[in-house]
Amino acid sequence: MFQRLTALANPTRFLGLVERLGPWLVGLTLALFAVGLYGSLVLAPPDYQQGETVRIMFIHVPAAWLAMFTYALMAVSALGTLVWRHPLADVSAKAAAPLGAAFTFLALVTGSLWGKPMWGTWWIWDARLTSVLVLFIMYLGLIALWRTIEDPTRAARLAAILILVGTVNLPIIKFSVDWWNTLHQPASVMRLDGPTIDPSMLWPLLVMALAFTSLLTTLHLYAMRNEILRRRIRSLGLAAAAGTAS
Amino acid sequence: MSDAPTERAAPLLAPLAALYRRELRLAVRIGGGGFMGVLFFLIVVTVFPFAVGPDMNLLARLGPAVLWIAALLATLLGLDRLFEADRDDGALDIIVGSGQPLELVVLVKCLAHWTATGLPLVLATPFFALFLAMEPLVIGATMLTLAVGTPALTFIGAIGAGLTVSLRRGGLLLAVLVLPFAVPVLIFGVSAAGAPALDPAPFATPFLLLCALTLATLVLAPIAAAAALRSGLD
Repeated sequence: MFQRLTALANPTRFLGLVERLGPWLVGLTLALFAVGLYGSLVLAPPDYQQGETVRIMFIHVPAAWLAMFTYALMAVSALGTLVWRHPLADVSAKAAAPLGAAFTFLALVTGSLWGKPMWGTWWIWDARLTSVLVLFIMYLGLIALWRTIEDPTRAARLAAILILVGTVNLPIIKFSVDWWNTLHQPASVMRLDGPTIDPSMLWPLLVMALAFTSLLTTLHLYAMRNEILRRRIRSLGLAAAAGTAS
Repeated sequence: MSDAPTERAAPLLAPLAALYRRELRLAVRIGGGGFMGVLFFLIVVTVFPFAVGPDMNLLARLGPAVLWIAALLATLLGLDRLFEADRDDGALDIIVGSGQPLELVVLVKCLAHWTATGLPLVLATPFFALFLAMEPLVIGATMLTLAVGTPALTFIGAIGAGLTVSLRRGGLLLAVLVLPFAVPVLIFGVSAAGAPALDPAPFATPFLLLCALTLATLVLAPIAAAAALRSGLD
């Protein structure tokens, strides 16, 4: 009885939390983007080799980080669904999937735009690019799975299993630049011996990464709210249909 | 009932062996898809020269890749029936309720499915390789990599088959869900199969990685597929 009460109360309390936190998060995101974009597009110096095209990095790198972070978030949510049966875990995973797909798409497109002037090609089948493309396809496959199964609870568990199977791709993406000789450069920020990137470019990059994370948090919370409301409308509709049938 | 397990020498293996024999018998009879896979394999190999042109040198170079793609598609083709046919006639509920560990049941079904569909592909490879003007050494390498690698495709596909078992039209979704995970198998399979044609390319490294992939999926995929079956059935 108590369990059922908390399960019912949780989404409502969560909706209240979104109402209170939402505006602050929107403001924080806008402020971080204002600082980050000014720092990266105006203050940061052009690269001595790449010139102005290096500024693509300030979008590309945070988008790629967030593409992987969102999948990790979904993996934690999948554990929440399968292990703890938390009612919000599936809502979280389902709301995160389109966001992750969008960040992955952004990383692929900006990488392609950056690759053309630097490598002379839009696309190359190198390990990093291929594994990120696979991540993108996995996001789309998961969205397709959610869209195919009508019953939300069954869709939740099946999607959670597939999400956990897909986590094998995350270490492959992360270490693809170390395991294979790739055209894509190896990690230059998250290294054991410290970042190899100049501080004048590092701080706008980190601010942009924070801005992207804040953007993800904001959009994720609102997407979760929409998903909860959508499910309520669905159960109201089912109840109404059952009422007219009897 | 309680003392039944003690009467048999191998209480765990006997029902699984019976299941294996049942799956094989169903696959080779009318209505089973055992023969269709090889036929589809032949069709894909035949279609390729029309697409890339009848240049024998080019075909010989593409040969391992063509055979691997054909094997991948032929394996995918039969996978949506892995659990679906048993679900349609209710046999799956009986198997799930039989008390055998569902992971082992999935493993046995995969092995039987591979014996019925994957093994004929491997055996047919040398004949189809002649269409592609491949060298004997490359044919041998392709056959070996297919023999080692196609079980991995079946195991990975079993996850997708478990996820889509309750869907009415799960075939296309199964392909979308499974193909990304088949990419590493394809990469190492083709690079090992093509290694004898390129002199400095090593055969052992990608081949051993392929073996590792097959063994890893043998252990992990039945667990995921069994979890998917449990969630999908109730």
